[in-house]
Amino acid sequence: MSAEANIRTLTIDEVDVSARADQTILEAAREHNIEIPTLCHLEGLSEVGACRLCLVQVKGARRLLPACVTRVEEGMEVTTHSPRIDRYRTMVLELFFAERNHVCSVCVANGNCELQTLALRLGMTHVEMPYQYPQLPVDASHPRFTVDHNRCVLCTRCVRVCGEIEGANTWGVMGRGAQSLVITDLKEPWGESETCTSCGKCVQVCPTGALFEKSRAGMRAQKHPEFLPYLRIMREGEQQ
Amino acid sequence: MSLYAERPPLPSDDKRWRIVNGTMRKHGYSRNALIETLHTVQSSFGYLDEPSIKFVAKSLRVPLSQAYGVVTFYHFFSLKPPGKHTCTVCLGTACYIKGSDKLVVETEKLLSIKAGQTTADGEVSFTTARCVGACGRAPVVLLDGELSGQVGVAELKAQLERWVRQ
Amino acid sequence: MNAEELQQLAAEARDERPQFDYEVNVCMGTGCLSQHSDRVKNALEKEAEISGRKCHVRRTGCMGLCAAGPMVLVEPAETRYGHVHEGDAQEIVASLGGDPVARLDPQLRGYFEGQKHVVLENSGHIDPEKIEEYIARDGYEALVKAVTEMSPGQVIEQIMKSGLRGRGGGGYPTGLKWDTVAKVKGAQKYVICNGDEGDPGAFMDRSVLESDPQRVIEGMAIAAYAIGAAKGYIYVRAEYPLAVQRLTVALQQARRRGLLGSGICETTFNFDIDIRLGAGAFVCGEETALIASIEGKRGTPRPRPPYPAVSGLWGAPTLINNVETFANVAPILRHGGEWFSSMGTARSKGTKVFALTGKIQRTGLVEVPMGMTLRQIIFGIGGGVPDGRKFKAVQTGGPSGGCLPEEHLDLSISYDALISAGSMMGSGGMIVMDDTSCMVSVARFFMEFCMTESCGKCVPCRAGTVQMYELLTRITKGVATHRDLDRLTDLCEVVGATSLCGLGQTAPNPVLSTLRYFRHEYLAHIDEKRCPAGVCEIGTGHPADSAEVTVAGEVHV
Repeated sequence: MSAEANIRTLTIDEVDVSARADQTILEAAREHNIEIPTLCHLEGLSEVGACRLCLVQVKGARRLLPACVTRVEEGMEVTTHSPRIDRYRTMVLELFFAERNHVCSVCVANGNCELQTLALRLGMTHVEMPYQYPQLPVDASHPRFTVDHNRCVLCTRCVRVCGEIEGANTWGVMGRGAQSLVITDLKEPWGESETCTSCGKCVQVCPTGALFEKSRAGMRAQKHPEFLPYLRIMREGEQQ
Repeated sequence: MSLYAERPPLPSDDKRWRIVNGTMRKHGYSRNALIETLHTVQSSFGYLDEPSIKFVAKSLRVPLSQAYGVVTFYHFFSLKPPGKHTCTVCLGTACYIKGSDKLVVETEKLLSIKAGQTTADGEVSFTTARCVGACGRAPVVLLDGELSGQVGVAELKAQLERWVRQ
Repeated sequence: MNAEELQQLAAEARDERPQFDYEVNVCMGTGCLSQHSDRVKNALEKEAEISGRKCHVRRTGCMGLCAAGPMVLVEPAETRYGHVHEGDAQEIVASLGGDPVARLDPQLRGYFEGQKHVVLENSGHIDPEKIEEYIARDGYEALVKAVTEMSPGQVIEQIMKSGLRGRGGGGYPTGLKWDTVAKVKGAQKYVICNGDEGDPGAFMDRSVLESDPQRVIEGMAIAAYAIGAAKGYIYVRAEYPLAVQRLTVALQQARRRGLLGSGICETTFNFDIDIRLGAGAFVCGEETALIASIEGKRGTPRPRPPYPAVSGLWGAPTLINNVETFANVAPILRHGGEWFSSMGTARSKGTKVFALTGKIQRTGLVEVPMGMTLRQIIFGIGGGVPDGRKFKAVQTGGPSGGCLPEEHLDLSISYDALISAGSMMGSGGMIVMDDTSCMVSVARFFMEFCMTESCGKCVPCRAGTVQMYELLTRITKGVATHRDLDRLTDLCEVVGATSLCGLGQTAPNPVLSTLRYFRHEYLAHIDEKRCPAGVCEIGTGHPADSAEVTVAGEVHV
């Protein structure tokens, strides 16, 4: 197949762009500096299409489509922002905030949180829905890391990085619906996990303050995401 | 030492483990057989405890977190041993319209437990079901697995009282 | 087995019949068994022996009218008895050849008139654990014909011509689905039968599997031939033990007769089927979740495309159809696609099985041609609402469907008509409600269902159903405001538009349809603090009841 046959041209927000046939709308958009909000997506990890924040309108499609898993097609007309889409995104974000205990002012990740950043960017200043406050456990049994389920958004980045990159498969998801919880092994204390390698990748990919490094009380938990760009390289290396 | 972990030994001498092993063997110890094997464990032992989940997970080389994720995803699997008797009230739409919610309230009151729990003396487990497909006979209750249709509150109470009094 | 052998077997099985003057069929489906129809059968057998009459007592599957169980059908007179007890056996045997036992005929006739049985043609007539009886009623004729005389393309052509659409809920054209999977290249392909009948209030799939399992196996084998698959799975709910047992027996018998296995009908066509048990998760009715479950994983759906037709089980092209869809396949091939498309409406062909339940005189399964009106089914076949109460609504489509009021009773049933009325066909549950049902409570009931059955993967469904459930609870408690109602409407829109799979996308439907047709009931709860049906307990005087739930503090970001 010639190189040209692999190239698709489409419009995103009325801008003409070109992309490789195997690229997603999200990849094409980001290459052209068109911002689409995401939360569960992380370059280098498999896509799950679960956070629904990257939904875009594709002309001719019956429903909104997740940009992170939808491949580009020739002549596609994509709209990433409209009053309707923005309203949906704000409400989906509100659902995230109201689901557990996301109070930024008392969070270790304040100022360092993707959920918070998204709220700022989408102009979501307050949550109208009643908070659920489910009173979930905090597991500090690991010598270096802590998991606070009250701040988890169930994006499963930790599960994916642990299985797909580290290969430890320590993290998993248990239960279902609103009772879902990320777990280590058989829901055992993290510190007692027989599979965890303490590599800390899960902590770095966590978008919120659910997974954080232990530090002195009152300190803001700093993340060290320097290795993130390598995730993708590692995966692509695998495929070659 | 082999590079790959050997299959774990049977958790005990209990003959039922051989049935469990049989299911796994039938599926060539493939990871896909996880749910089938868990079904066998539950039907043999009545529930799934941690050692049994670990045994199955290690035999099939499924990560522990994934095995636990599967067990807790499907409501058919139980992590606690069932009571001597079981009472399951169907909460399908047809049963609901015919008043099975009242059966639930009365049962919870009589046994002093919530749905999904077992009485402290281990006599009766009470659960609810999402439609057992006998809607023609709504409201439906399963007593020790036996299906009874068009169950009234008085009738159910009488049966539960017989169990409790024993 | 080849065509001649099949014909010979059919002839042999038919020849057995004249030995008997009478056949007494006893329903041994889940419904009638729970009313001890096994004892009735034993009693009938004993009486038949004592009387010395040439009478064959047969175990059969469901006869449809579960509320009147145990049911007995006497042939050739086609007399149906309901509520039969052991003590009635002698009288029934004595009446053979004469007048029916009037005492035992609870006017069942009205129930069966107007029905048209295609899927249920053998239900109640054959022993589900005897493949010979299925073959005697033209069973496997279609498979043998397809494999020996037709090309896969010709099979698909007939299914396309028939206009058959998926009976599991979505109504996707079956022929088109088959054609797509057939065209995808792949060394290994799979056929999956979706028997995860999760819709509460629907039980036709259980009934078909219990009464006529060979029909489903034959349908799957024909599909496998058409698309080029060698392996199939039937995914059945673990809550249906009798269906699983009968399927297991049926599969063994089909294998023994060479109708499954390698070299079917002395051709190169190989096909076999395994059973996979569900484990209590409604979401596994969604095809990508079902595939994950067969692979031994958590039953969570994934975004489509790629569709299972391209990348399904273990990444291979996979055809998934529902039990009732497969049950239609053999008759279509036997009589031709045109025959099937001559029944029904312009865009919904053939017949549909409905589970008629709730506040209705005669509960059970009915199979009618598409296009019949709701009124004909509910009042004609079902006999209307009992106890002199007033009809209020009929719920179709399970948790994805809606409640239709009296003014829609003359709607003629088709996929499209139901959707435009705000409900859907679903798998065919039809639950009748009278004026003692509160429609807000019904909406809340379904929301509770969706909330607990949500897999938890995507946030609109996981968290949105919780929020909607709480708003509906506030309304039923009489503490909601108009702002709550607006918020509920907004959430319906967002959850429907943004959820990942069908469960979340359709979860708002019961709320939307009751808001559309029974808005006055919502308003009565909100404005007058009153439940028109008298179901909700409002106004206990407890101050907490009327207190506005505090809106969460502003989130400073």
